[in-house]
Amino acid sequence: MTQLTPTTAPPPVPETIDTIEAATPARRHRRGVRGWVRGDGPHILVFLLPLLFSFVLFSWKPIVDAAIMAFQQTNLIAPAEWVGWDNFATVLNDPLLGKAVANTLWFAVLALLLGYPIPLVVAVLMSEVRRARGLYSALAYLPVIVPPVVGALLWKFFYDASPNGVFNTIAGWFGAGPFPWLQDQATAMPSIVLFATWSAAGGTIIIYLAALVGVAPELYDAAEVDGAGVWRKVWHVTLPQLRGVLLITFILQIIGTAQVFLEPFLLTAGGPANSTTTVLMLIYKYAFQNSLGGDYGAATALSLMLAIVLAIFSAIYFRLTKSWSTS
Amino acid sequence: MSSPTTRAAVSGVALLSSVALLAGCAGGGDPAASDDEKVTITVSIDAGLEQEARDNFDARVELFEKANEGITVEAQEYTWTAPTFTTDLAGGTLPDVFTIPFTDGRGLIANKQIADISSYVAELPYADQFNPNVAQAGQAEDGSQWAIPIAAYGQGLHYNRTLFEAAGLDPDNPPTTWDEIRDAAKKISDATGEAGYATMTSGNTGGWILTTLVNAFGGRTENADATASTIATDPAVAEVLQYLHDLRWEDNSMGANFLYDWGTINQDFASGRIGMYVSGGGNYGNLVTQNALNPDDYGLTVLPLQGADPGLLGGGTLAAVSPKASAAEQEAAVKWIDFYYMAKLADEDTAVETAELAASLDQPVGAPELPVFDQEQFATYQSWIAPFVNVPVDQMAPYTDRIFDQPLIAEPRVATQDVYALLDTVVQAVLTDENADIDALLADVQTQADALYAKAGS
Repeated sequence: MTQLTPTTAPPPVPETIDTIEAATPARRHRRGVRGWVRGDGPHILVFLLPLLFSFVLFSWKPIVDAAIMAFQQTNLIAPAEWVGWDNFATVLNDPLLGKAVANTLWFAVLALLLGYPIPLVVAVLMSEVRRARGLYSALAYLPVIVPPVVGALLWKFFYDASPNGVFNTIAGWFGAGPFPWLQDQATAMPSIVLFATWSAAGGTIIIYLAALVGVAPELYDAAEVDGAGVWRKVWHVTLPQLRGVLLITFILQIIGTAQVFLEPFLLTAGGPANSTTTVLMLIYKYAFQNSLGGDYGAATALSLMLAIVLAIFSAIYFRLTKSWSTS
Repeated sequence: MSSPTTRAAVSGVALLSSVALLAGCAGGGDPAASDDEKVTITVSIDAGLEQEARDNFDARVELFEKANEGITVEAQEYTWTAPTFTTDLAGGTLPDVFTIPFTDGRGLIANKQIADISSYVAELPYADQFNPNVAQAGQAEDGSQWAIPIAAYGQGLHYNRTLFEAAGLDPDNPPTTWDEIRDAAKKISDATGEAGYATMTSGNTGGWILTTLVNAFGGRTENADATASTIATDPAVAEVLQYLHDLRWEDNSMGANFLYDWGTINQDFASGRIGMYVSGGGNYGNLVTQNALNPDDYGLTVLPLQGADPGLLGGGTLAAVSPKASAAEQEAAVKWIDFYYMAKLADEDTAVETAELAASLDQPVGAPELPVFDQEQFATYQSWIAPFVNVPVDQMAPYTDRIFDQPLIAEPRVATQDVYALLDTVVQAVLTDENADIDALLADVQTQADALYAKAGS
């Protein structure tokens, strides 16, 4: 990325990994173990231990355990039995898997259509506002502060499909509705996406706003001199300048939508008729639907498959967009 | 942080926090195990109780602790639902004493997911007096009693008397056929705008209530020796679904919510948004203590039975003990079950004392139930508590007068919750898609149920 620098002084030489690596071995060799002990080594280790311990115990161990469990049959009380690839076969032969994948993709498409451009538009508009910008930022961020469960239950109440429901009453003022919202197979998913966008947009808006501050005002001045209007300034200056952030929020959004769980779980429990059963909902159902102890093997097998698919997707995405990236 | 002393001090703090973290993860151990005399048990208490109900519970705990020195009882909020139970079970966070539905008893025993308390149960004075049909839900293959039946019920039709009156219906003469239920639902819906008839559809309850209706229509969802599902082959299943379809799409009398589970349907019924729904006959207590039902609104009647071999789906509750409880805790747990759940049924003094205490705190006494022991003992028990009965008995007479005439049917035995979950989807499909192909839906579920039965049989 070429960026205008306001100063004429040459930029400082960045300390790259190469320069660090070139300098370090000799120094380390000279110091040896005694040097490490007399220097900051023990302190670093002691400071690192709590973090390392928590990380291994609460992040990596569950991941490794889950990967092992994907090849086992267990009710978590009796000893686990090794079943090879059976859990993966169970998942791949489940007629609900196709439905869950399709629902997740449908959620992703709707969330991209609604949830990706709206925060960007709002952020651009807010960046143009000169007065009370803090107030607008606070209002935009407010839904993020509301605990997700509270927000979902609130919206579930608003989505009451009877003519007396909150949203249906409002729609009635304009001569529309009543709409079935969550109670219909066709409208349930868009309703969930609407809630998800409301609850998550604030965070993305703040990220965009921060990135917009970093866009050099000279670029807009130059564009104006060239006769560009608002739209051309956004298209030729703002969006190219934000492309690094846009790439990151896009991949985060895809990963987030592939793991959508809370919204369908709280609003519809996957219904009506599995129309909002997502991949994560399916994992949940494998594990917790049966009160005698779920199929934890199938649940972890599907989790593992999802993680691998997302990792591959992320790798391909970053490779394809490498030339477009700012870093 | 330049001086060595400061660095050492900060490092010390970091080291201490590491040790604290390790100690926190090490687990607290079992204080009861180290002391033979003192035992602490956690026991389940319904979540979200009104204050009076909680006071009632606390008073009972106090009585128990007085009578059993050395045992301390700690209450833990717990309401059985399939997903939360599984989570608690897997995470080891169940209380020492908890309740489970009849459906799960034999499966949990076979999997050794509950403690074997049969030796302590055998010492109870009424151990051999259980109604055999009820007791079997908590027995292992060899007949030993691992879980204690504490309540039994038959399904009933709950109705809102106020909505009945608003629709010009006589609440003292509730519907006695399924056609009459449909007519009443339409009238309620037309007159009040509320759901005339609603049904549960989520969290495996859709399958539970569908099975109830199939039985009432003379059908079964499982063959007699529990070796195969009969969902697609028994015509009553499609007949019930068509009935629900007509209520929903022809009459528009089922309101606007088709994603009810047990908690939410109770909530909406108690707040006067539902005219009729099917659930356990003893549900009145929950409706009052958890959903602030106005007793004047409440009516209960039996389910109409029709078809060649109809019956009433029965069920009940078992008290069980956590497999993680130590021997001393298991013994104390059985004492608590005996005191809290059983003595109020089997012992006159305790029954009277319990009923009196509950009535003094405005808690419901005398809600309909089926006998856990034999019918004679049940009649005796009813006479003990008669002076304290405070539930609107007359409003439940259409149920209590006829419930014992209805043949009881047990829940399907194989993969019950899984098949219920499959049926949830079918009920939701019928209620949210006017053009749902019932036969195709049932054929699909049959295929999946066959796989579950094959897995269970292998």
